[in-house]
Amino acid sequence: MALNYDEVVAKYNPVLGLEVHVELNTESKMFCSCSTIFGAEPNTQTCPVCLALPGALPVVNEKAIESSIKIGLALNCSIAPYSRFARKNYFYPDMPKNFQISQYDEPICFDGFVDVEIDTEEGPKQFRIEIERVHMEEDTGKSLHVGGATGRIHGADYSLLDYNRAGIPLVEIVTKIVPGTGKYAPEVAKAYVAELRDILRGLGVSDVKMEQGSLRCDANVSLMLKDATELGTRSETKNVNSLRSVERAIRGEMLRHAEILENGGKVKQETRHFQEDTGLTRSGRSKEQAEDYRYFPDPDLVPVKPDAAWIETLRAQLPERPSIRRKRLQEQWAVPDKEFAAMVNADVLDIVEETVLLGADPTKARTWWLGEVSRIANDKGVAIQELAITPAHVAELIKLVASGELTDKLARQVVEGVVAGEGTPSEVVAKRGIKVVNDDGALMAAIEKVCAAQADTAEKVRGGHLPAAGALIGAVMKETAGQADAAKVRELLLKYLGQ
Amino acid sequence: MIFKTAVEMADALAKKEVSSVELTQSHLDRIAAVDGDVKAFLHVDSEGALAQAAAVDGDRAAGKKVSPLAGIPLALKDVLAQKGVPTTAGSKILQGWKPPYDSTVVSKLKDAGVVILGKTNMDEFAMGSSTENSGYGPTFNPWDLTRTPGGSSGGSAAAVSAFEAPLAIGSDTGGSIRQPAALTGIVGVRPTYGAVSRYGLIAYSSSLDQAGPFGRTVLDTAMLHEVMAGYDSHDATSINAPVPAVVAAAKSGDVKGMKIGVIKQLQGEGYQKGVQTRFTESLDLLASLGAEIVEVDCPSFEFALAAYYLIAPSECSSNLARFDAMRYGLRTGDEGGASAEAVMAATRDAGFGREVKRRIIIGTYALSSGYYDAYYGSAQKIRTLIIQDYAKAFAAADVLVSPTAPTTAYKIGEKVDDPMAMYLGDVATIPVNLAGICGMSLPAGLADEDNLPVGFQIMAPAMQDQRLYQAGAALEAALSSKWGGTLITKAPALAGGTR
Repeated sequence: MALNYDEVVAKYNPVLGLEVHVELNTESKMFCSCSTIFGAEPNTQTCPVCLALPGALPVVNEKAIESSIKIGLALNCSIAPYSRFARKNYFYPDMPKNFQISQYDEPICFDGFVDVEIDTEEGPKQFRIEIERVHMEEDTGKSLHVGGATGRIHGADYSLLDYNRAGIPLVEIVTKIVPGTGKYAPEVAKAYVAELRDILRGLGVSDVKMEQGSLRCDANVSLMLKDATELGTRSETKNVNSLRSVERAIRGEMLRHAEILENGGKVKQETRHFQEDTGLTRSGRSKEQAEDYRYFPDPDLVPVKPDAAWIETLRAQLPERPSIRRKRLQEQWAVPDKEFAAMVNADVLDIVEETVLLGADPTKARTWWLGEVSRIANDKGVAIQELAITPAHVAELIKLVASGELTDKLARQVVEGVVAGEGTPSEVVAKRGIKVVNDDGALMAAIEKVCAAQADTAEKVRGGHLPAAGALIGAVMKETAGQADAAKVRELLLKYLGQ
Repeated sequence: MIFKTAVEMADALAKKEVSSVELTQSHLDRIAAVDGDVKAFLHVDSEGALAQAAAVDGDRAAGKKVSPLAGIPLALKDVLAQKGVPTTAGSKILQGWKPPYDSTVVSKLKDAGVVILGKTNMDEFAMGSSTENSGYGPTFNPWDLTRTPGGSSGGSAAAVSAFEAPLAIGSDTGGSIRQPAALTGIVGVRPTYGAVSRYGLIAYSSSLDQAGPFGRTVLDTAMLHEVMAGYDSHDATSINAPVPAVVAAAKSGDVKGMKIGVIKQLQGEGYQKGVQTRFTESLDLLASLGAEIVEVDCPSFEFALAAYYLIAPSECSSNLARFDAMRYGLRTGDEGGASAEAVMAATRDAGFGREVKRRIIIGTYALSSGYYDAYYGSAQKIRTLIIQDYAKAFAAADVLVSPTAPTTAYKIGEKVDDPMAMYLGDVATIPVNLAGICGMSLPAGLADEDNLPVGFQIMAPAMQDQRLYQAGAALEAALSSKWGGTLITKAPALAGGTR
């Protein structure tokens, strides 16, 4: 017996726990001076330290400490005056030292919170997500399993290792358990990750690209009966790499747990992997026997003891909080609630702001990004930021329309050209020979030709049946290859037919 | 020439009485003649050494200013990475590995024009006190080829003692420089923790490891100490302070008014009679030179050995995890579709020796969840108590002294099956490592019962290494005038050698 979502949330309370890994955008790795640029040839960004050659030693990247403290401050955390790195010991081929340098019982930041707001049936509602800790660690390398049917390690013919990512600084942000979100659990989780992403972007400490893995979320979900006092068994879903997936993964896990419980089963404590195509999770390694990582303080590194004055300097430099920024922008641009929510949802706030800062009208900027450009991004199935069109392009386009050099319809053709990589709007206009036909003589010639060809329709219009003019205007537009201003055509046509 | 001190050789080089190539060649000849019996070297780099020597000769001929040790040959413990030269740490698991980088110590030696003759034998990964745990067979004590030279830096000590090199570098985690220096009748110093960079020193126990110099005289040893020490940004535990003036101290050698503390716990029961006698005589000699002898109490030293054999194995269990066949070194069991895990296990089983496995297992156990506090945690507390004992003792005395080792050199094979008996040999040296301070061993004469060298240990507070040389030089001068030369000049001739 399987319950539907409403039945699940009527009977059970979901409890969440979210662990977000953020790759910092420092120029060099956490413990050596290797470059962190994404996408280089495998194993070209390595050195004795990040390959764990015998004798090599780690040295902490000060910039990573600074970024971590900034993150902690932005998440309302306390900053530890003394924290240490520990070794998390386990064997895995993509981890060169066979231990990961991380922080264990002494994280750099602890006890913070983030407030998020979501739309509910009862109106906007705020949830507070409490942060347990923010700690620093290093990323592992990447394994590529070749051969076999699944691309997974089992059944593979061989595996390739790329250590370019090994040692990239990571910050892990761990929430306390998040109870009390009820049926909104998936949306709250999504809003939390989105808020984190905006905060981190505002701080400039990470590229926060979920699709490239610079922001990764592990979602812990459990269910408990409404009147229960003990937490249910949790599953931990990894691989959740888009905002939409956060929502889908949690909803999916809630349904899966409920089905197990309804059938009298027990939820297994395990790691699961989210699958983008099906929206389902599959079982990873079982966590029933908790792995013993034999944590101990890393003797190669010295304790992190940030100076109190430095922390206050960093605190004073914190940028505007995303929620406050959103309120400010909504007011400045005079956007109705619903439309503003649509902008936030479509993730176009930054681009629209940039466009406005380039001199564009806020309403027009919003309309272009949320309308035509979003439509193209959706058709192509990519994020709007990945398209070749930039805020500068849209600002220029708006200017061209305002000056009458383009009609809205022609402007859409120009957008197409820009997205196709044909250059700036002016360049596309020039290359494609797009121009508004304003020459009355040329238009009149077309009108006369069309009216002669469709004499019956012309006669109807002449007789006062104005709706029939539409067909004639369409034909004229076609005759002028869409470059005429439709309003102008209408004006001239009606005059020509004595109306 | 090879029987002279390094200082005398440097003088001859400066006066152009001999070239570095000639000096290097005569040491290579000595190695060819006697190392078949002594087996101090794992790898002799004749070509590299002669090239380095020729470069120094060239600089000198061109009138360039060269450092005081330029052109002097040296033997390097195989635990330090040297670019392009086989480096194994005495282990089969690294057989054939050639580092792509120089350890900081090697860089400093090269910068100073010191000629590196080759890599010396050692207990595998520096785990042992007799060099019998080497994966490549034992080294023999030049004083008596049926006995061990001590360890783990037995190869370096034997090379200096057998006149195969005037200087050598070892590493000291629990006494691995001082104890072999004692057993081979030479001088060895373990500098303050953090005074010499560990970058490129293959790690056994990161919080205890420290490279240091061997020489046949206190002044020779000081000359090398000054070259190899100093701050290094590649080692987070490196001390950013000037190198103590050890050469000046070795030249002054004055103990008038110096307070010398005898550690109550490091003498008497368990110490060989001849060792105790030579130690007491040396004390009397120091007193006759104007030093004030006091007794100090270090009650926690009783637990030092136990703490060491938890901390060092714990750290090694993690440090040695990187030897996994994935990137370098030995690789076995990689056939028939064996998993990475199986290859790692097979390689580690084949590549590590018994003592290394023993310590990895002890350390893995000591760090396990549920045992951590009882073992690793308690050991760290003892470490704190030992530091406090030293602090109190150094409030009463400028330097502290004890016999270096409880016995003289024992027979090859005598203690291999009794690890506890072997561990007890480190009882007097280990407290220095646990406290991170510095220590020296210098010859105090031959024990009456076996005519084998006895070591006299001097200890000084962190970054007060010059005190070791000050007291050591005074004692050396007094003993030498009594003997009519340094103790090493009394060593028996080796077959194939000129004496």
